[in-house]
Amino acid sequence: MGAISLRRVEKTYAPGSKAAVKVIHGVDAEISDGEFVVIVGPSGCGKSTLLRMVAGLEEITGGEIAIGGRVVNRLEPSERDIAMVFQNYALYPHMSVFDNMAYGLKIAKLPPEQIKARVDKAAKILELSALLDRKPRQLSGGQRQRVAMGRAIVRQPSVFLFDEPLSNLDAKLRAQTRLEIQKLHRELGITSLFVTHDQVEAMTLAQRMMVMNGGRMEQFGTPEEVYQRPQTTFVAGFIGSPPMNLLRGQADGQRFVVAGQTLALPQPAPRQGKLILGLRPEHAEWGADGADAWRLTVDVVETLGAERLVYCRLGETLFTVRIDGTLPAPQPGQQVPLGVRADRLHWFDAGSGQRLA
Amino acid sequence: MVENRPAATVLAHLTLALGVLIIGFPVYLTFIASTQTAEQIVQNVPMSLLPGSNIVESYKLALFGGQTAYGSNLPPAAPMLWVSLVSALVIAIGKIIISLLSAFAVVYFRFPGRNLVFWMIFVTLMLPVEVRILPTYKVVSDLGMLNTYAGLTVPLIASATATFLFRQFFLTVPDELVEAARIDGAGPMRFFKDVLVPLSSTSIAALFVIQFIYGWNQYLWPLLMTTSEDMYPVVMGIKRMISGGDAATEWNAVMATAMLAMIPPALVVILMQRWFVKGLVDSEK
Repeated sequence: MGAISLRRVEKTYAPGSKAAVKVIHGVDAEISDGEFVVIVGPSGCGKSTLLRMVAGLEEITGGEIAIGGRVVNRLEPSERDIAMVFQNYALYPHMSVFDNMAYGLKIAKLPPEQIKARVDKAAKILELSALLDRKPRQLSGGQRQRVAMGRAIVRQPSVFLFDEPLSNLDAKLRAQTRLEIQKLHRELGITSLFVTHDQVEAMTLAQRMMVMNGGRMEQFGTPEEVYQRPQTTFVAGFIGSPPMNLLRGQADGQRFVVAGQTLALPQPAPRQGKLILGLRPEHAEWGADGADAWRLTVDVVETLGAERLVYCRLGETLFTVRIDGTLPAPQPGQQVPLGVRADRLHWFDAGSGQRLA
Repeated sequence: MVENRPAATVLAHLTLALGVLIIGFPVYLTFIASTQTAEQIVQNVPMSLLPGSNIVESYKLALFGGQTAYGSNLPPAAPMLWVSLVSALVIAIGKIIISLLSAFAVVYFRFPGRNLVFWMIFVTLMLPVEVRILPTYKVVSDLGMLNTYAGLTVPLIASATATFLFRQFFLTVPDELVEAARIDGAGPMRFFKDVLVPLSSTSIAALFVIQFIYGWNQYLWPLLMTTSEDMYPVVMGIKRMISGGDAATEWNAVMATAMLAMIPPALVVILMQRWFVKGLVDSEK
């Protein structure tokens, strides 16, 4: 019903003219019915544009988008069986909460009893029943956000589109709303596309996530896949906080040479020559001394309570290590040994940034 | 900045009081004159500043016309007030409708020559009625609209000021609102009616006040294009009551008519004051 197919979807602004700018470079993805997919990426990566193309607010200049098996390239937003929640909510300021939620249904010429029933039901789910007569300006940010979701729910669409709906909320409310959205998705089971630049939101909400960069889809997979097997150096650096350490160097048997420093490897690199080696800050074994240990110089230590972030130097290269908060804090300038496990290492091609094996 | 300096407060109040006097005294004088008889006004020099006893007669004479004390015939002001009211309302409402629609077109639709159209509207700001009065007269007369309400109002309806004001307002309406309406299935005119017009209500009120007064105070254009007595607006009527040369002027009736002519614009301002100020000051979105 609400499956979404993106087939070589492209977007070019001002096509045909000299000022033509291509912002989406052929995105291919199949999203199955009822799935919660998060599109994540840095600002300007084209994630909102892609969402707006699904919504019908941006023209599709290449490829095809199908919703529920029906190609929607030429359909108006209102004909695509979708509902959208905007970043700044876009509530009609002069209408009451009830009218805001009922407006789309009124235009669709539903009988008034049915409109009332639907709005009341949505208001109950979102705990808005007491606020139906208020105007948007009399509501708090979180309440406005819920009205915006209510407006989407009453349409009973087959796809929900969320355009960074949590970015205008404070941290506490954001965490709470995240849970609510998850609960809502479980209850309603409607296909959802959620755009965000926040990787915590992406990791917690997504059943599958689409990582985008520069108008291209870098990886599409479950949060575990994306975290454990990032397909490109971009994904490796974008997902995870602090980001994965990426060392550019020369592989030579069981050794890896980075800017003059030679590191021992637990097992040979998948290929000889120029490679990028990735290791997450939380996956380095702190204090595991041995013949193979890497030797780092501590630069700065940040204490976060549950954990400490140790910023080290490996020759000239920066290297971050995350250690348990209960371990004694190392002193700046101190030399520390670091153990490395073969299954924790990620290898990427130095030219393309693609994952090797 | 809030300061508390008595001298400054006194000075501010003095200035305001002086301003009120300058504006208020002529109105008072008009009112006093309208309560006296024509002889009293002419014979007492200077005129008495206390109300006379002729108030009912003066206003009756002004409103319904009739024989004056000097024996001349005065036209009634009531029909002229009606003509003024109708043309002021048509001009104000017409201006608002036309400029809302044209601003809507200029802001929300992409059509060839959109900028050109906008600038053409904008340029007409430099061409008020007084500048284009002769060609306009020719057009109106060729269309047989002399001595009609259409002739009185249509040439004054197009308004660059109002179009510009609405355009600026529409530009501040967030794009997401348009998109939300599109997703809700509202077509352009539906969006205009359900969202844009209600959002512009305070600007509409402010414009209505300004344009009503503008329409009410029209003098030159009606003077040129009306030749029949039943199409004279009241502003013109006042002028015509002041006879030149040797004939005596019924000053009490003139002043009464002037007072009557002041009432509708004053009412509009007073009744719509709250909206008017809101429309000019805040931009609630």
